[in-house]
Amino acid sequence: MSTAQLEIQLVAAVVAVACSLPGVFLILRRMAMMSDAISHAILFGIVLAFFVVEDITSPFLVVGAALTGVLTVSLVEALHRTRLVKADAAIGLVFPVLFSIGVILIARYAGNVHLDIDAVLLGELAFAPFNRFVVAGYDLGPISFYVMGGILLLNILFIALFYKELKLASFDAGLAAAIGFSPTLIHYALMTQVSLTAVGAFDAVGSILVVALMVAPPAAAYLLTDRLSRMLLISAGVGIASAIGGYWTANLFDVNIAGSMASMAGLIFLLVYLTAPGRGLIAVARRNLHQRWEFAQRMLAVHLLHHQGLPEAQQECHVHSVHEHLNWEQEFARRVARLAEKEGLIYQERGLLLLTGKGRDLAEEAMLY
Amino acid sequence: MLQPQNGTYNPPTLNHPAIKVEDLTVAYHDKPALWDIDLLVPQGVLLAIVGPNGAGKTTLIKAMLGLLKPVAGSVEVFGRPYKEQRKLLAYVPQRRSVDWDFPTNVLDVVLMGRYGALGWFKRPGKQDRELAREALKKVGMEDFARRQISELSGGQQQRVFLARALVQDAQVYLMDEPFQGVDATTERTIVKLLQELRAAGKTVVVVHHDLQTVTDYFDWVMLLNVRKIASGPVGEMFTEENLRLAYGGRVAFLHARPKEAEERIKGEGRRIKDEG
Repeated sequence: MSTAQLEIQLVAAVVAVACSLPGVFLILRRMAMMSDAISHAILFGIVLAFFVVEDITSPFLVVGAALTGVLTVSLVEALHRTRLVKADAAIGLVFPVLFSIGVILIARYAGNVHLDIDAVLLGELAFAPFNRFVVAGYDLGPISFYVMGGILLLNILFIALFYKELKLASFDAGLAAAIGFSPTLIHYALMTQVSLTAVGAFDAVGSILVVALMVAPPAAAYLLTDRLSRMLLISAGVGIASAIGGYWTANLFDVNIAGSMASMAGLIFLLVYLTAPGRGLIAVARRNLHQRWEFAQRMLAVHLLHHQGLPEAQQECHVHSVHEHLNWEQEFARRVARLAEKEGLIYQERGLLLLTGKGRDLAEEAMLY
Repeated sequence: MLQPQNGTYNPPTLNHPAIKVEDLTVAYHDKPALWDIDLLVPQGVLLAIVGPNGAGKTTLIKAMLGLLKPVAGSVEVFGRPYKEQRKLLAYVPQRRSVDWDFPTNVLDVVLMGRYGALGWFKRPGKQDRELAREALKKVGMEDFARRQISELSGGQQQRVFLARALVQDAQVYLMDEPFQGVDATTERTIVKLLQELRAAGKTVVVVHHDLQTVTDYFDWVMLLNVRKIASGPVGEMFTEENLRLAYGGRVAFLHARPKEAEERIKGEGRRIKDEG
């Protein structure tokens, strides 16, 4: 592995973690789409700031972009507050306007600057090692590593300092307001953080990957834990896995790294969605299946309890005819009877199904509800 | 005047009210939700706010807490604006106002009641955890401290919210529909808690929807339907006349319940009262 390869992966991993942390709160506050809005709308801010300072490396570009991110959020909210548009529609109305103005401005006035539209959508991680951070002749590594590293540190600091406030405002904004932690203030602080992160990541990985990294890792983590602190850690872990996995996939198929990372994030989410213990699709399906058989056994037990020892039992409880009375498929009835026998709920005597003590208890308990 | 009264019963007086609402009007756009409300809540009472759907009960509580900006009027808590008295109030929002799938456990939610006392930055410590456990014990949920909140029943959720209000150690408790859709155990726990709070000299304001239990559970009542219909001791103000004014013709359901069921409910209420 060359130094350049290592550096790209390092930058990718830092970007991924930086995005996934604020993403956790976006998911919990049901604002995942806000990452989409912010990461696109900031283009407008970058372009405007570029026209003012005319320097593509100026830090004012970051400031301009971050301000546009916050502006986007307030525009969306202002539009929603009029009650003429729903929240999701408001998002869909605001950011394409800002984004498209940004695109038009680039195409019209900045065609020959490094602000091309492909890079906007997908970024170019592969170029990360070319822009070096050089101090007094010493090469300290790629600039993007320092930019994103700084943003990551800021994110960690923000969440560490305001962990309890973020938690409270996300869970119960009413109580937060009542005891003096302004949810609006916390909301906008978080949105500023998201905007800053999006601006930094935008340069390295483009606006689509920003969305993928802000949404997919936290969404996967949400399915894997019941604790907010662990959700943050798992989310960061999934982010790193997407970064490294995405990089090597891109290497293997010689495709765009950012796109490959986004696909990897989606793939990891899919995997978790299917296999997460307790909450994944497979676990839920298994539980439902299990419940179905268990319930069938209970129905059988109740049926036997009703007819056991009575003259009609010969018909009602016989292994060959019980399915007719329950209106079940014969195969299904046999299987339920076999399972119930294995569980020690019933036993057979000359083809007659009879309840054991345990089965009788179960049937009686079942009928209480 | 904020000292607990240690069970000795002083009749409520309006001289130093816990809450004073004056000329309060709250509107959503141009539709008033509350029209010119005047209300004095004496210290140490259990006050039920009743009224039909859309009467502005929740709005009134939220305005008392400063969560809504009134278009006119003011709210004072122990003689001062709400903003200066935040620590004297505890709020129990409607159970359904939060997302119970949030990744956290019962103890953590109760600890949120301590956040106000902690202020910014500071994290809850050992003492806060102890207070939280004590509060959980009071609502019969001490075995659920580590339980994920999504696994709770409606009644258990309500009790967690009450425990969270208890650790705020406030003087006034504002509760929005705590009895809404809860099981009998929870209902008994809440009633017992209300009695304990009153015995400790606290003031409790409850948005309530079950007219049958008002006389059994509360000693003070406010009838509301956008305007204030009446407020005062239950015995004087909870009259058929006032109910008709608040509910219009729809008050008939008060008597629609089978006699037997009504008897049973009243009996239960009284028993709870005796226990408390």
